[in-house]
Amino acid sequence: MGQMIKVGMADLKVCKAPDNLTTIGLGSCIGIAIWDPSTKITGLAHIMLPDSTTIRNNSNIAKFADTGIQKLYDDMIKMGANKSRMVAKIAGGAKMFEISGGNASGINIGEKNAAASKAKLKQLGIPLKAEDCGLNYGRTVEIYSEDGKYLIKAVGKAEKAI
Amino acid sequence: MAVSIEQINEMYPDVLREIGNIGAGNATTAVANMLGLRIDMKVPNVEFIEVEKIGGVIGSEEQIVVGIMLGIETDIEGSMMFLMDIPSAHHLVNRMMMRDPDYDAEFDEMDMSAIKEIGNIIAGSYLSAISGLTNLTITPTVPFVAIDMAAAILSVPAIQFGMQGDNALIIETEMGDDVDINGYFILMPEGDSYAKILTALGVPVE
Repeated sequence: MGQMIKVGMADLKVCKAPDNLTTIGLGSCIGIAIWDPSTKITGLAHIMLPDSTTIRNNSNIAKFADTGIQKLYDDMIKMGANKSRMVAKIAGGAKMFEISGGNASGINIGEKNAAASKAKLKQLGIPLKAEDCGLNYGRTVEIYSEDGKYLIKAVGKAEKAI
Repeated sequence: MAVSIEQINEMYPDVLREIGNIGAGNATTAVANMLGLRIDMKVPNVEFIEVEKIGGVIGSEEQIVVGIMLGIETDIEGSMMFLMDIPSAHHLVNRMMMRDPDYDAEFDEMDMSAIKEIGNIIAGSYLSAISGLTNLTITPTVPFVAIDMAAAILSVPAIQFGMQGDNALIIETEMGDDVDINGYFILMPEGDSYAKILTALGVPVE
């Protein structure tokens, strides 16, 4: 068994089997896992916001779906991953509070994060194999480099693998 | 005009802290009075941290916490959140429901309404302190409650602050009673709301 490497919020990391990656407590954020079965090179990004171009303070590229997924892809290619074999799985994008008022403009951001992540994956030509997004609870995820299994843990719910 | 909290923190580091202190102090007193708690409040600890680190501010990222969130409107707009750990929430709810202090069964629907009510009182008194200071009318909306991993709940303010900058402002407050109650306040004004607060306080905003 390799190490379980932790990815923080607005952070991304790449590893190779036998190491695996995890990120804790995805709320409205999205955990994007990209896996190359041919080299067993794996990447995980924990993005917070959909679009870097609409935000003034965008120095941390791992914070956004568009720039974060691009960087994750570039890092995996640099490590030797095979572009044509990459597949992706995503989780998160919950709506943690049922607030409906228009004043909290970030409250529906989960949905936008999921949509932006899918759009970026599509642009890079990486097929989305599975997703577990939305609803109203937090998720901790683990991506396994050996078989590409994406394990999702939530409070009071059975573990699930996608 | 929008002023970022980075700019405010640079120009007037004490202003944000003072607003937080007064709001949190007023809220803590209100809760303590309502529930008949012995107040032994410490000076709130005001933290200015990078949004990426917000998930671990309460302790472990996977620790289960209670989050109460509500919108704020009228003269200033945005949202605010109050967080506490599960033992603190049980303690407050038990007090409110006049139950055995050791009762710690999973929160039922009645308990959730009690938590919302506590959220109402906390937010109402926090905001009325700011309102009193600034002469601005600030109205809270109905509160919503989530019980989940700290990092997941805190992703909501992380995103709110993340849309505007790289830092978040969190106020930690502690009340003493038979058990210590730890609470965290997060005020998230949007757009020009910070500028309005500063202007109302007589602080020049460029």
